[in-house]
Amino acid sequence: MDFFRADLHIHTVLSPCGDLEMSPGNIVSEAAFKGLDIIGITDHNTTRHCDLITKMASEKGIYVMQGAEVTTKEEVHCLAFFENTDTLKKFQEFLDASLPEIKNDPSIFGYQVQVDEDENVVYEESRLLINALYRSIKETAAYIHSLNGLFIPAHINRTKNSIYSQLGFLPDNLGADALEVSKTTTPEQFLKSHPEIKDFTLIRSSDAHYLNDIGTAFTSFYINAPTFAEIGMALRGENGRKIVIE
Amino acid sequence: MKITDIITGLNLKVVSGHNGLSNEITGGYVSDLLSDVIGNAKEGQIWITLQTHQNIIAVASLKDISAIIIVKGLVPEVDTVEKSNIEKIPLLSTEMDTFNIAGRLFELLR
Repeated sequence: MDFFRADLHIHTVLSPCGDLEMSPGNIVSEAAFKGLDIIGITDHNTTRHCDLITKMASEKGIYVMQGAEVTTKEEVHCLAFFENTDTLKKFQEFLDASLPEIKNDPSIFGYQVQVDEDENVVYEESRLLINALYRSIKETAAYIHSLNGLFIPAHINRTKNSIYSQLGFLPDNLGADALEVSKTTTPEQFLKSHPEIKDFTLIRSSDAHYLNDIGTAFTSFYINAPTFAEIGMALRGENGRKIVIE
Repeated sequence: MKITDIITGLNLKVVSGHNGLSNEITGGYVSDLLSDVIGNAKEGQIWITLQTHQNIIAVASLKDISAIIIVKGLVPEVDTVEKSNIEKIPLLSTEMDTFNIAGRLFELLR
């Protein structure tokens, strides 16, 4: 087994707040430059850039965790990851059915565009992606797990859109596969003020919205090979797999 | 003021927590961030929110909040209703939005 460096929280240009430079090609190049082995593609409430980035990243030997950063009804941000295109597609249908019909205004929120390998715009999402879904955190977690996905409440140390800001504390039977802290803290530091979550696996990632952000926080996975199953095992601490945060 | 007077005065529907209806109300608090309620709500207040997650009951219990008004006719989750009955914290419902119900509550408590 070996260590694989992962930044599991990266936005693309498809997220309204994602910088226009965050094209699939640029993200993959930057991830390679930063020495990342695994990247998580997590746009707000959409998975539409995952396929292309997976294809482009594989050419550079980078494994992509395909998913999204979901905004639940309670306005808690949660990362969701899926193993294959089938389950990812089903989750996209869930997102499409759960997102309010409120239009994006690019002049306020930013463009929500999907691009191809050559950075030509191929799709523009008309609905505002940063809105909350009509789905509770419990329903969202249950649906992710029904697709054998991974459910990770995002940046739990933040004072907005985190499980602590919105819900005060971790609910019973949350069913989280891990919890994420942002780069402004470390798991060790956060645990000092929240010893009640010591039994959870904590990851740390960049929540990159700009190219420079990519890899500024990461989690190392001690696994056999970068695959979805191995990453899941590491999060659960199974069979000698583990995660380490430097 | 008694919760029952507020229910009558504001035309609220009692969803659950009937066994807590004799609680006294000393004032009101409005917030949808549970972290803020934990930090700032006071004992005996009635809390107006759009959150329906089960954690609202635990927060109300922690802060000795007397009752919770859920706005816009939103329906609380099943486990929220169950916990409200267990903790004896009434969950009250209104079709009004937060601005309107808070205004009326303020008038009533003044």
